[in-house]
Amino acid sequence: MALLEIRNLHAAVEGEEILRGIDLTLDTGEVHAIMGPNGSGKSTLAKVIAGDAGYEVTQGEVLVDGVDILELEPEERARAGVFMGFQYPVEIPGVSNTYFLKAAANAIRKHRGEPEVDAMQFLKHVRERMELVQMDESLLKRPVNEGFSGGEKKRNEIFHMAVLEPRLAILDETDSGLDIDALRTVAHGVNSLRSDERGFLLITHYQRLLNYIVPDKVHVMVQGRIVKSGDKQLAVELEESGYALFEEGAAA
Amino acid sequence: MSASNETIERLTRRGYEYGFVTDIEQEYAPAGLNEDIVRFISAKKEEPEWMLEWRLEAYRGWLEMSHPNWQKVRVPPIDFQAISYYAAPKKRPGSLDEVDPKLLETYEKLGIPMHEREALAGVERPAGERPDVAVDAVFDSVSVGTTYQGKLMEQGIIFCSMSEAVRDHPELVKKYLGTVVPRKDNFFAALNSAVFSDGSFVYIPKGVKCPMELSTYFRINAGHTGQFERTLIIAEEGASVSYLEGCTAPMRDENQLHAAVVELVALDDAEIKYSTVQNWYPGDENGVGGILNFVTKRGLCAGKRSKISWTQVETGSAITWKYPSCVLKGDDSVGEFYSVAVTRNRQQADTGTKMIHMGKNTKSTIVAKGISAGEADQTYRGLVRVNPTASGARNYSQCDSMLIGDKCGAHTFPYIDIQHPSAQVEHEATTSKISDEQMFYCTQRGIGAEEAVSLIVNGFCKDVFRTLPMEFAVEAQKLLEVTLEDSVG
Ligand SMILES: Nc1ncnc2c1ncn2[C@@H]1O[C@H](COP(=O)(O)OP(=O)(O)O)[C@@H](O)[C@H]1O
Ligand SMILES: [Mg+2]
Repeated sequence: MALLEIRNLHAAVEGEEILRGIDLTLDTGEVHAIMGPNGSGKSTLAKVIAGDAGYEVTQGEVLVDGVDILELEPEERARAGVFMGFQYPVEIPGVSNTYFLKAAANAIRKHRGEPEVDAMQFLKHVRERMELVQMDESLLKRPVNEGFSGGEKKRNEIFHMAVLEPRLAILDETDSGLDIDALRTVAHGVNSLRSDERGFLLITHYQRLLNYIVPDKVHVMVQGRIVKSGDKQLAVELEESGYALFEEGAAA
Repeated sequence: MSASNETIERLTRRGYEYGFVTDIEQEYAPAGLNEDIVRFISAKKEEPEWMLEWRLEAYRGWLEMSHPNWQKVRVPPIDFQAISYYAAPKKRPGSLDEVDPKLLETYEKLGIPMHEREALAGVERPAGERPDVAVDAVFDSVSVGTTYQGKLMEQGIIFCSMSEAVRDHPELVKKYLGTVVPRKDNFFAALNSAVFSDGSFVYIPKGVKCPMELSTYFRINAGHTGQFERTLIIAEEGASVSYLEGCTAPMRDENQLHAAVVELVALDDAEIKYSTVQNWYPGDENGVGGILNFVTKRGLCAGKRSKISWTQVETGSAITWKYPSCVLKGDDSVGEFYSVAVTRNRQQADTGTKMIHMGKNTKSTIVAKGISAGEADQTYRGLVRVNPTASGARNYSQCDSMLIGDKCGAHTFPYIDIQHPSAQVEHEATTSKISDEQMFYCTQRGIGAEEAVSLIVNGFCKDVFRTLPMEFAVEAQKLLEVTLEDSVG
């Protein structure tokens, strides 16, 4: 059974159809990349999978481990192992990063019938994960994303993922706006979490991330549809030819 | 309406936890207010003549005053002749361990920590087990017991009910009562001065740091009554004390009046920290019933380098009208006001503070956080006055409002009156909402919608909660969670 199976997914926002029939199958252990021009619906796809109530699914199914998740609340999807790294991470003033993560970890554990995390053990776990993404320790105590630089916010998303250890991680343009060192760190974080138990959907605008995280598959998304899928070579071709070719195809 | 708004709306309508009534035999003053009632109350408390005269003078003053109408709240007409001004459990304990078990049970239901209840029942724990908190429990018009009095007395600290203080420490009461809030200060202060029932009296002698938190739990139980407690705290030179009050009342469909007066006096280098967790019954979701909370609280920094801090967490009452204030008379004295006020359903609050700078180099800080949900309306009203004598005065004010839903309101009225050119006064104000993005971010991480709301609101209140004593910060945080979380179905 696939980890993620999307069948003929259509979604609209404010009555306008954005996703116009997406099909995608991702197995555990795999990393898929979704590439496409701005406005093609990549973030919409990520948010629809994660359960953002601002988007209306008009048709289709999204199965995680064989279960249709479209009727579930976002927190229920998260507890079932779906994680989304936000393109624009949100600030939660006054709530420390560690406290926030502990609340999240405990909510997930409670759902699994496990006891609350031990405070000391959790701190140890958090420290280890912090090193993985080379995040500054001070960001643990600071309020979630408040006053973080663009790069710090992106790193923080990877850090959250590393702490929560999801089954399916959807990372929405975690690479954009990062300098090359930060990009390497983020890639290192993702690569060290790759495992047979986990799958990744990387949404990216640029091919360069894929030099560091080698995907099993690449999908090209244009105007709400996946217009072409292939192996990592496809990303390289895209880099040379651009999206224009596909845009015409999609419009036809 | 978006899905997260719906969740928030549902979460902010919930039941009241402390709405039960204790079935206990009580005696009452007949309803109504006149000189005989004032005499009746004074006689019940076996007060000396001077105290009765003081009350009568206040009563006569009150007759000439009228209900204030400048506040931004709609107050239902109050029939002062329909209220009983005195209610007390019939069986009066001779000592702590004679306290009626039903009363102890009441305090248990209110969640007053175990060791305090034991202490109320006279069981003292070995020292050092956990930080002790001395408690005075006021039930309607009387104090039913005060803990740790003996232990505190060893250091000369007086912690007792106001009635006891009038009896046992008349010289102190005479010297300070009404000096910070004069009898005719305002309509409700005058009423309180005439009919005041129990409250706490605290005296910390020169140089003594009070070794434990002092607290009073106020409980309104009887129907058709009001509560008019009076509290007086005096910190002598170099003394310090941290005091906390908590308040609850049963659910009733009548409005009940609570008109308290609190006076604080800090002499040279003294420090008083006064924290309130106010959770009076707020009325139901249609605005029926609830406590009308008209309170005058004022602290006088009489001495040099003295400091008074007010922290309040206000979640209850149908109407809240209160402005804990500081008169900064001593040079280099410091006043602080930290407030979290939550209004939901049809609750209304007009609250804030006054900082009156009189001494040189006096400093004040105001941090007010208002959270409004449902159809509630909230106003911050604050005055910063720098008198011509107050050279080098400084004030920093920050007022933040959070609106939950789109039917509630938040208003800010900062009055600034500067009469000295060297004053530095800063005022910041913000208004925010819990955004759909914040809700989605939290829930995407696995945090349930209810927990997300309380997490975000708690974060918003962080600057105030960190000023509460540790144990009470946890209590306040929980109260806020309950206030905002319990759904009605
Ligand atoms: N909340 C929204 N409200 C209105 N339009 C939206 C919203 N979210 C996305 N869109 C529109 O949907 C299209 C796809 O957006 P998005 O999914 O963010 O694309 P991408 O992530 O590929 O850049 C764009 O035209 C965008 O303007
Ligand atoms: Mg995007």
